[in-house]
Amino acid sequence: MDMIRRLSELRQGERAVVIDVGGDMRDRLQDMGLIEGTEVACVQISPLGDPSAYLIRGAVIALREEDSCLVKCSAEDQEKGVMV
Amino acid sequence: MNNDSDRIIALAGNPNSGKSTVFNAVTGLRQHTGNWAGKTVSVVRGRRTYNKKDYTFVDLPGCYSLSSHSAEEAAAREFICSGSADTVIVVCDATCLERSLNLALQIIESAERVIVCVNLMDEAHKKGITINLATLSDRLGVPVVGTSARSKKGLSQLLDLLEQPEQVTAKRSEHIDSASSFIKTAERISKECVTVTNDGYKNSDIRADRIITGKRTAFPIMLLTLFGVFWLTITGANYPSELIAGGLFWIEDRLLDFFIWVNCPAIVYEVLVLGVYRVLAWVVSVMLPPMAIFFPLFTLLEDIGFLPRVAFNLDKCFKKCSACGKQALTMCMGFGCNAAGIIGCRIINSPRERLIAIITNNFVPCNGRFAPPHQKQQSYLPELTKAKQMPSLS
Repeated sequence: MDMIRRLSELRQGERAVVIDVGGDMRDRLQDMGLIEGTEVACVQISPLGDPSAYLIRGAVIALREEDSCLVKCSAEDQEKGVMV
Repeated sequence: MNNDSDRIIALAGNPNSGKSTVFNAVTGLRQHTGNWAGKTVSVVRGRRTYNKKDYTFVDLPGCYSLSSHSAEEAAAREFICSGSADTVIVVCDATCLERSLNLALQIIESAERVIVCVNLMDEAHKKGITINLATLSDRLGVPVVGTSARSKKGLSQLLDLLEQPEQVTAKRSEHIDSASSFIKTAERISKECVTVTNDGYKNSDIRADRIITGKRTAFPIMLLTLFGVFWLTITGANYPSELIAGGLFWIEDRLLDFFIWVNCPAIVYEVLVLGVYRVLAWVVSVMLPPMAIFFPLFTLLEDIGFLPRVAFNLDKCFKKCSACGKQALTMCMGFGCNAAGIIGCRIINSPRERLIAIITNNFVPCNGRFAPPHQKQQSYLPELTKAKQMPSLS
């Protein structure tokens, strides 16, 4: 089941595979290893709802919604989840 | 500072990979190292003589790639690509090798001679991460050494590697010049070299994060911590403050006695003792104790990773003011000293948010402007109480 969602729509504990990275943050995110095919997991959402922290290639990185909504990804492995 | 005969060794690496710790450990030069990204903005140099050879070490700003998206990356790129360095040491974070390898591969591509230094091995070991350094060296085609710079492990091996002139084998066939291919190569190599016995992001870490950044617990914890730090600083500082003030003002009286005894003209000793000395004594006794308590506490919070989480919790509030969550850190720093707080603003990436943080830092009262220890001091100098506000040095 390949459903395309925005990274910002991921709930805590969900993981997904990146399909496309857009926006001004594209280059910066790419430098941190967020490219097509990268697996990301949403590990924590800030108490006020924004930003959220994502586990990307072994590092936890916080992204604001305005940036993470420009990252498209396919939801998968929802049951498996990360161990959160 | 450096002689022409020195060999120039550049240190490059991701922010927070312990690059500055390696630099300090190798050169012995004390340079402030911290727990968040962007400590090194200008290039710092230090010298070291090892086995009768002189080396100049250059600590480049931390960056994630050489693609020069930021000023730090541009500076690092320029230095590496210009060939000013005889050897580039790429400091990698063992706990997150894959990301570090992206930069390492790019540097191997553009520099003459590269040594990869996998730092934070102790930290990785704690997290159950094992790295096969021999395989890594083979795949990268450059010498690799594992270090734990904080406990100074592996540093002599690193220095030994610098001595061997041409051990570098050029086995750099497959890397292609494109950002995503570097990342993919890094992914492949790290899969071959890294074995993780438990997940890199550990259960206990997650549980702690759950509480520190939890919906209900985050704000009470932050407020309590802030309150605790201030209470300790203000209450704790009063006692040493009194002692220092008592001591320094006792010396003032003795100085005064001495000047009168040698028949010094009043205009001279009033300027020197009642002017220069008294102000100095006042400032030292008011400012030194709170700083000596506040900054170690602040460093502790920084080291255990509490402050980055505060930034994470508060980012939304700061965003409403067009500022950045990291400003919470620079403002806290401002409570200690505004100068330090403003220098810390370099951790903020966006130029506009950085400017806001710099300008507004002034409105955070530094501990020289805290009221309680200040009022305490006035009881020692009743004649000066009219001058309600002492000039703050910070």
